[in-house]
Formats: sequence, structure tokens, C-alpha cells
Amino acid sequence: MSAETMLAFDTECHLLIPGCGFEAPGLHSFVFDPLFTVGGFEFNKPMLLALLSTVVVVWFFWAAFGKAKVVPGKLQMIGEAGYDFVRRGLVYDALGKKEGEKYVPFMVALFFFVWIMNLWSIIPVMAFPVTSVIAFPAGLAAIVYILWMYLTFKKHGFVGGWKNITGYDKSLGWVLPLIVVIEFISNVIIRPFTHAVRLFANMFAGHLLILMFTIASWYLLNGIGIVYAGASFAMTLAMTAFELFIQAVQAYVFVLLACNYVQGALAEHH
Amino acid sequence: MIAQVTTMAAEVPENPLVPPIPELVIGLIAFFIVFGILAKKLLPNINKVLDERHEAIEGGMKKAEEAMAEAQQVLDEYRTQLADARHEAARLRQEAQEQGATLIAEMRAEGQRQREEIIAAGHAQIEADRKAAAQSLRQDVGKLATDLAGKLVGESLEDHARQSRTIDRFLDELEAQAASDTTKAEAGR
Repeated sequence: MSAETMLAFDTECHLLIPGCGFEAPGLHSFVFDPLFTVGGFEFNKPMLLALLSTVVVVWFFWAAFGKAKVVPGKLQMIGEAGYDFVRRGLVYDALGKKEGEKYVPFMVALFFFVWIMNLWSIIPVMAFPVTSVIAFPAGLAAIVYILWMYLTFKKHGFVGGWKNITGYDKSLGWVLPLIVVIEFISNVIIRPFTHAVRLFANMFAGHLLILMFTIASWYLLNGIGIVYAGASFAMTLAMTAFELFIQAVQAYVFVLLACNYVQGALAEHH
Repeated sequence: MIAQVTTMAAEVPENPLVPPIPELVIGLIAFFIVFGILAKKLLPNINKVLDERHEAIEGGMKKAEEAMAEAQQVLDEYRTQLADARHEAARLRQEAQEQGATLIAEMRAEGQRQREEIIAAGHAQIEADRKAAAQSLRQDVGKLATDLAGKLVGESLEDHARQSRTIDRFLDELEAQAASDTTKAEAGR
């Protein structure tokens, strides 16, 4: 078993034992050995969890909406609440009912997929937020970025599209070139990056914190350290509860931004 | 221990912000499966049901509104009818009162009239009786006077005592006759 996949409790290392140091979690905590390899393709734990997220989301909505009834059952009611939360709370809010309707399925899928990927962080055994591997939020941010670009140029044409993206407005006078450059960099280059990294960094940091307190709880479990181990474990629980909240918030923010970008693409340029 | 840490460092990617391609591909596939199934099957499903429910609720509400309007209309009709009936009743009562008043007035007039008739008849009767009494009295007085005169003439006038007795006797007879007349008259009544 390699160090990366080793559980904190596998070691006999504790405080006050000579020659034993605290192994702080770090970047290596986010790298996994492949579970299996198919023709050079290494299938690892985050991939497995990503696919499991798909299974969970599809299973849930299949169970809820597969045989939808006018008078809903419990599961359908919960599903409808979640569906309505994204539809009304995010999409209609940003895009309006008429324009937004088209993007509802995309945003609903995005929200629940991201949320479940985040949620693995606090599920025992899984214990890893998939979105703390940059590839997953980057892929989703890329889809949103492409959608935004496509809608912008489809709605405004090539020149109009660039005007929309760069906030081109003749009345600005001599600051216009400055604005255009800033807007171009901000929208075209930085935006997809921040979109992905905002989600990634939050989940990355959250996972690191939980890991930190978990490993510390185990490491301190010796002699006087037991007191500190208790405190550390309490922090683990607190951080786990906090993460539950952050996971939902980050999924919400990710979709909210996606809605705003689409709205910006469809808006008349100023 | 130190060796272990070094191997870990070797496996760590230099930049955590550079996305590994395999994960990127798996992530996109995973997402598009979710998106595809939701967009093609499940969300149209639930949208249909939500629309149906919306329609059912709207229809139910419309029906309820119609029923309420009908109920209101019926209520109005009943109220109108009730008001009509009240007016009718009031009118009938008024009429009855008026008729009653007229009837009482008529009966009172009739009573008055009858009373006056009876009084008048009484008066006439009394007058007739009085006249008849006066008539018969006059006849009787005449006859009595004649009788007395005859008796007086038939008797000798010399004897004052006898004369007195004759008169007394006459008066006694007269009283007796009057008494018999009275009883006769009372019996006659």
C-alpha cells in the first residue's frame, strides 16, 4: 500500500513515540494510485467517484421522476423541490422564465452533479470531494465557457459578439481602449479560470482541513495528547458539518455564475 | 520514513491547477450522461406532470369559481323571492287590517243603526201604548162618568150619607176595576 492511499489509522505513529513525526496532509493527499489499469488508462478513485455521482444523480431523478404522478409521492416531492430550487431560484431568476426555460435541464444537471461530487467529501469510506481535482471543475467550466461564447456570437454576430464581450461603448471616449482590454482579459481569459478554481479551491481547502484534523486526532492519541486529540476530533466533526454547507453553497455558486454568463451572452450589449 | 516521504513528493504533480486529461475526459463523460438522461427523459417527464397538475389545479379552481358564482346567483334569487314574499305578506296584512277596520266600522254602524231602530221601535211602542191607554182611559172615564152620572141620577140626592156612600162605592168599584185592568194589561203584555 502506498503512502497516498494509506488511511491515517493504518499507522502506529503517535505523539511522544520516538522517531515518529506528524505527517501533514498535502498535495500528495489528492493523488491516488490507479484502482486498475486498462490499456494504459489508469482508473483512479476520483474517476470512480465521478461516475458514482452520475449513478446517484440519475438514480435519484429516475426514482423521483421516472414514473411521475400528478399527485406526487415522497421521493417525487423531494425531487420536485430540488428541481424547482434550481429552476426558479437560479435559472428563472437570472434569465427569466421565457429565455431561461431552454437552459433549465443543463443547469439542473450541473447543480446536482457538482453537488454530489462535492458531497463525497463527507461520506465515510469515499471521503473525497471529486471537485478538489481540478480536472472535474475545469471540464464543467469549459462547457459553460463554450456555451457562453457560442450564445454570444450566435446572438450578436461576430462583431457584435466581440463588442458584447469587451463592453464596447463609444460614449466612453478615450477610456474605451482601456475598458476593451480589461474586459477582454477579464471575460475571455480569467473568467473560465476563476469559475473552475473557485469551486476547486474551496473543496480542496475543505478536504485538506478535514484531513488535517482527522490525522491530528489519531496522531495525538497518546499520553497527554489525548486531550488535544479530543479537541482535534471535535474540530473534525465541526469541519465536516461546515463542509456539508460549503458543498451546497459552492454548487449553487457554480451554477449561479453559469446562469449569469448565459444571461450576459443573451443581454443586449450596453 | 524519509524515503517514503520522498517517493510521495515525486508523485505529486508540480502544479495542482493543471488538469490531468484522463480525469477531464471521465468528468465530461460523467456529466454528459447526467445531462443527457435528465434533459431527454426525466425533466420532460416531470414538466409534463407539473403542467398537468397546474391544469388540474387551475381547472379545479375554475370549477369552484363557477360553482360559487352559481351558488351566489341562486342565493340572490332566493333573497329576491324572499323579499317579494315579505312584501306580499305585508301587503296582505295591510289589506286584512284595512278590511278588518272597514268591517268593524260597518258592524259598528250596523249596530248603531239597529240600536236606533230598536230604540225608535220602543218609543213608537210606548207611544202607541200610551195612546191606546189614553184612548181606553178616555173611553173608560167617559163610561165611568156616565155610570156615575147614572148612579147619581138614580139615587136620591137628599141623603148626603147615602150620596157619600154611593161615591165611595163607585170609587171602590173603580179601583177594583183598575186593578183588574192592570192585571189584565200585565197578562196581556
